[in-house]
Amino acid sequence: MTSPERILVLGFGNPGRLDDGLGPACVAALEALALPDVSLSSDYQLNVEDAERAAAHDVVIFVDAAVDGPEPFSWRPLESPAPEASGEAAPLSFSTHHVSPAAVVGLARDMFGGRPTAYVLGIRGYAFNEFGERLSPGAAANLGAAVDFMVDRLHRRDFQRDAAPVVSAADGRESLSACPGAAGAQPAPGDCLGASPAGAALRAAALSGSQR
Amino acid sequence: MVASTSDGLRRVVIEPVTRVEGHGKVTLLLDEQDRVKQARLHIVEFRGFERFIQGRPFWEVPVLVQRLCGICPVSHHLAAAKAVDRLVGGEKLTPTAEKIRRLMHYGQFFQSHALHFFHLCSPDLLFGFDADPAIRNVIGVAMKHRDLAVQGVMMRKYGQEVIRLTAGKKIHGTGAIPGGVNKNLSIAERDFLLKDLEQNVRWAVSAVKLAKDYTLQNLEKLAPFGSFDSNHLSLVRQDGALDLYHGGLRAIDASGQKIFDHVDYQKYTDYIAEHVRPWSYMKFPFIRSLTPETGWYRVGPLARLNCAEFIDTPLAEAERKEFAALTKGKPNNVSMAYHWARMIELLHAIEKIQALLGDKDLQGTDLVVKGQRRSETVGVIEAPRGTLIHHYRINDNDQIVMANLIVSTTHNNEPMNRAVQRVAEQYIDGKKITEALLNHVEVAIRAYDPCLSCATHALGQMPLVVELLDASGQLVDRRARGVS
Repeated sequence: MTSPERILVLGFGNPGRLDDGLGPACVAALEALALPDVSLSSDYQLNVEDAERAAAHDVVIFVDAAVDGPEPFSWRPLESPAPEASGEAAPLSFSTHHVSPAAVVGLARDMFGGRPTAYVLGIRGYAFNEFGERLSPGAAANLGAAVDFMVDRLHRRDFQRDAAPVVSAADGRESLSACPGAAGAQPAPGDCLGASPAGAALRAAALSGSQR
Repeated sequence: MVASTSDGLRRVVIEPVTRVEGHGKVTLLLDEQDRVKQARLHIVEFRGFERFIQGRPFWEVPVLVQRLCGICPVSHHLAAAKAVDRLVGGEKLTPTAEKIRRLMHYGQFFQSHALHFFHLCSPDLLFGFDADPAIRNVIGVAMKHRDLAVQGVMMRKYGQEVIRLTAGKKIHGTGAIPGGVNKNLSIAERDFLLKDLEQNVRWAVSAVKLAKDYTLQNLEKLAPFGSFDSNHLSLVRQDGALDLYHGGLRAIDASGQKIFDHVDYQKYTDYIAEHVRPWSYMKFPFIRSLTPETGWYRVGPLARLNCAEFIDTPLAEAERKEFAALTKGKPNNVSMAYHWARMIELLHAIEKIQALLGDKDLQGTDLVVKGQRRSETVGVIEAPRGTLIHHYRINDNDQIVMANLIVSTTHNNEPMNRAVQRVAEQYIDGKKITEALLNHVEVAIRAYDPCLSCATHALGQMPLVVELLDASGQLVDRRARGVS
């Protein structure tokens, strides 16, 4: 595959609901890095009009908090739903809140003729049940790892290479190896710099500087 | 999941599989003959906002409240702004400030109603309640009715642009401040909005026609679907006109008789009380002069068109007359008529935007007023989903010490329960429980456009899971909806 020209990173979630804001926090951290040729956007949730924007890009990366799954994050390609399976991708709900990444990709294809390659980055979060504009320490650490991962992929323009292999921790939980904030690893005080979106950006900027 | 109740009822549960807060659950209690004896809709309202906001200075409230909801933040922004206006003695806004806020509000109405129409309403209207779920969704609409699908997205975008240019940004806008607004609309911004205005008016007209034709052509099926007589509540202008931004509270009964009228909403607690039931986190508001069993009421598009005597924009008023003619001027109590009423409001909103964009006051520079300080206040607005109440009290340090919000979906709590029970009685009694039958229950709820205002959307959560258990408690069917 040739290097994709147009990349869109879409982070979504509520920054006022603790770790639900991991998606926008990731986007904020990437914005601070001023990466060239990458479009960044964040919102409370995905909307149908995101399909138009997605259709105008070659690669779309959806970033959201995850209530379960691997730590510090999961990464998977997202298949555009076949028309006959659109009901699974875009089921009708009884409220207007839920538009899935798969539905956005399907709408990009069917309404706007776009065929972006799509991925989902799910950053593991732990605290969702309160109002608050902060990340839990574990989520902040996972955010740092996710930002490192994204910076690496965005620099390489290579999204098909797998993430680090999943390993099992001593307690049977799976985690991604070689990633800061992996399960069982207590984050160092500096790792919790990402306790707010601004802090996450600062940490991401510091990590990026150390890699160059 | 299954209760053996003391009177021998069996419970069929439709519920989410993960965290309860912010999601919906439907419980159907059946008897041994599979007849529905009771339905309960659990829309669990997230608590904690009052704790979150206490101690914060009141001038932060119009921005902070937008954390509640990513779908209708502007409604909360404006309701809170109307409340804090009074805290600074600035409730009589300058013409520029009021018109900027109204423009923002109509933009919110336009995009919200357009989103509901395209995302929730059109699959049911275009494909029918019993259609294959594989196509009865937004992608199905996009595939088979591409022009309509694109139109819905473009209408929503237009409303979002109105919001962006009046609130300062599309989300977390800061346009409304205590006593006024912090920006006007420049000539360039006005011209930007004028560019696509006529097209959006035409699309709104065709959206009303779609909803109206569908309702009238299927009236025999729709009239009894989830329908019941009820009271209705909304703001109305002093002359009885529909007014989405400001007015007095009017409540009418199912026959159109006024229960109370032109009530100053600062005194809403004298007229509206909140009832608690053990099986729901959400409260049940009711009219205080009646009982919890008789005083519940509907809000939102259907209630507003029932309460208002006329609409002050010509195209929407013509449509309202046709709407009212169906019930010979009496209140319309058909739940599915919400969709038609919602589209009439969509048309009204774009007509109001059209009128405002021609008003030079939008470019005025007198933006803020102040007066005598107060320590307690109420702000009420008609949000797209219905009447929205914000009530605050502050201390001598200008910090919030009390907050009470009654959101539209809470007002509609009892009506949605009634709609679910009516539909379940009609479609599940004595029959096999199928996907189509369960979808009928969701269709009834969708008519009310409920906002799960505090729902989080992290991966791994499923907004709704349907589980069906037989008399012995065995799983008959399970369906996960909205899987990310």
